[in-house]
Amino acid sequence: MKKDKSEKKKLSGAEILIKSLKENKTEVIFGYPGGAVIDIFDSLHDSDIDFYLTRHEQGAAHAADGYARASGKCGVCIATSGPGATNLVTGIATAQMDSIPLIAITGQVPTALIGNEAFQEVDATGITRAITKHNYLVKDVDNLAQIIDEAFYIATTGRPGPVLIDIPKDVQKEKTSKIDSKGVNIPGYKPTLIGNLKQIKKAAEFINKAKRPVIYAGGGVITSGASDLLKKLAEKINTPVTATLMGLGAFPETHELSLGMLGMHGTQYANYAIMEADLIIAIGARFDDRVTGKISEFAPHAKIIHIDIDPTSVGKNVRVDIPIVGDAKHILKDLEKALEPKKHKEWIKEIDAWKEEFPLSYKKKADAVSPQYVIESVREVTKGRAIIATEVGQNQMWVAQFYKFDKPRTLLTSGGLGTMGYGFPAAIGAKVARPDMPVFDIAGDGSIQMNIQELATAVINNIGVKIIVLNNGFLGMVRQWQELFYDKRYAATCLRTGAINPSKCKKDQESIEYTPDFVKLAEAYGATGIRVSKNNDVKKTIKKALETDGPVIVDCIIDSEENVFPMVPTGASLRQMMGGMA
Amino acid sequence: MKRIIFVLVENKFGVLARVSELFSSRGFNIESLSVGETLDANLSRITMVVDGDDYIFEEIKKQLNKLINVIKVRDFTNLEHVEREMLLIKVNLSRKTRAELIEIVDIFRAKIVDVGRDTMTVEITGKDNKIQAFVELVKPFGIVEIVRTGKIAIARKKGGE
Repeated sequence: MKKDKSEKKKLSGAEILIKSLKENKTEVIFGYPGGAVIDIFDSLHDSDIDFYLTRHEQGAAHAADGYARASGKCGVCIATSGPGATNLVTGIATAQMDSIPLIAITGQVPTALIGNEAFQEVDATGITRAITKHNYLVKDVDNLAQIIDEAFYIATTGRPGPVLIDIPKDVQKEKTSKIDSKGVNIPGYKPTLIGNLKQIKKAAEFINKAKRPVIYAGGGVITSGASDLLKKLAEKINTPVTATLMGLGAFPETHELSLGMLGMHGTQYANYAIMEADLIIAIGARFDDRVTGKISEFAPHAKIIHIDIDPTSVGKNVRVDIPIVGDAKHILKDLEKALEPKKHKEWIKEIDAWKEEFPLSYKKKADAVSPQYVIESVREVTKGRAIIATEVGQNQMWVAQFYKFDKPRTLLTSGGLGTMGYGFPAAIGAKVARPDMPVFDIAGDGSIQMNIQELATAVINNIGVKIIVLNNGFLGMVRQWQELFYDKRYAATCLRTGAINPSKCKKDQESIEYTPDFVKLAEAYGATGIRVSKNNDVKKTIKKALETDGPVIVDCIIDSEENVFPMVPTGASLRQMMGGMA
Repeated sequence: MKRIIFVLVENKFGVLARVSELFSSRGFNIESLSVGETLDANLSRITMVVDGDDYIFEEIKKQLNKLINVIKVRDFTNLEHVEREMLLIKVNLSRKTRAELIEIVDIFRAKIVDVGRDTMTVEITGKDNKIQAFVELVKPFGIVEIVRTGKIAIARKKGGE
């Protein structure tokens, strides 16, 4: 038979997927196989993309997210249809809330079965519509290459975010000669990068006139790669910088102009500075409720300049005097040129006095482990050259307060969604991205159990993440709220007895054996476990953990009633801070 | 305040769901909605009537623009425009009422599109108040069913498209 002259090279959908992922510079994928993605895994088998098999799809999504945050690249994860897709959901929502570029690929039942309640079928695009930046159901293999290019473009540009691509099994199998995309041109998606120059000029006038300015930096500064510009600008106008949880590391916290974090568990001096400021320069931040406290009393004397790439973030929560939509890097470059050098002697003096009067502090106990001290020790031992992932709750807030982040992309934390179980898989992703850096997950004994199965992933691939469990036998942050606002009724927060009745969950119950025993648990997985119960042993244990090959769990037994202070109660103004001393 | 907005979107499956979900997830109600292809078969035009103050509307507009498949959002409220809605209405009919009904239909320049033994179906097109007045007038005869298209609108001058 004569061969058709026009016959071009044909590839299956699964092959096109891998080809397009590579063209979009994918080096690492985290995922979990299943019936609806066997074809994709079969193509992956021959590829030189590094694949990490997690033990749960949620772990894959968080690991891809941690990889993205630590490296600045786009994370990629794969899961099968049905439960594979639903297990990704929390990870996708976490990335969405924190604007992390992530491509989630899910298998789908064959096109002909969609809508039939087929085995392992869920409407993945329907379920993830509200928690992705965009998503696709691929119905024609001819469109696949195009869709993947678009997905990467959407995920990584503008305000980044997760994009899900749902690929039915028959589309993975089907062959086509249309194996290339035509280049990305999405008529409805053109992110604004350059800020409006008139607005920038107006902002410069405000800044030049301000007497008590404060810069409020968010995660957008890190995403945009504008940290150096921010430092240059802050120094030029001698203006203190406070950061959101997501913004920690955007500006060196050891810098004399740093105010640390603001908001609910922020420093008193950051919050006072906001309340007394006459101008707030918000950069890549969104005035989240945990930051503003009672919104009607937020920054009562201040004019507000708001720089953000997402127009829907601007003016959403607070009135803004000068909105500037665009990329922080571009805008700060233009803005800096229009600014006069300043010295705010009086204002800085006032702030320094607050810093002296209301420093972050804690009592270092001799016979126990102080969580704050553990965090300071991690920084000291690593000299700050480490990536720190956190879980959610007290562990997260202590890290935010006591680890002084100097570099962008060194803190990985679920700021928006507040996902317990995020930190450990994210740390795995970060270590894969940055094998040269020590990577820690600072966890609580509650949250570490939400994705502890990934210890297998870490051990088998020799990913040397060091897990510090701040073990208080409680869901500590909720317990703290119960202590402060619910008359110490510790309903369902005690992990050692699990009793709903608070009287059964007092400190004298601590003799009860640890459940789980994290040292034995580490050993069961083939990792190393070390328990610490005195402050004196903390530093040498951290050193030992770093010297030990592979993953290590350091189980720090801390006081079960240790609190995170200072604190602004929900709905209160930033002025109403509780407890300077923990 | 009621507003008519038009949203130009890519003509793809799932786009309407994205637009309508944006409203539902924030608790905004859509009063009416109609969709159809434009001259360019790759694009569809959604016309919506929504209720809300300036702040809410500004929010809706930004959120709509944020959707990847949305190309343009326009507010027709303060733009010179023509708006229409069509309504099919099935009314009870008897020998006694037939003449009177036909008379009302004539006055309103509506159109009888179907007549049965005991019902008559009328098509009427126009603005809100005209349609409302017509409905009020035929109510005493007994309305069996009403179907409305939802409002559509077009700018009077060039540039509204």
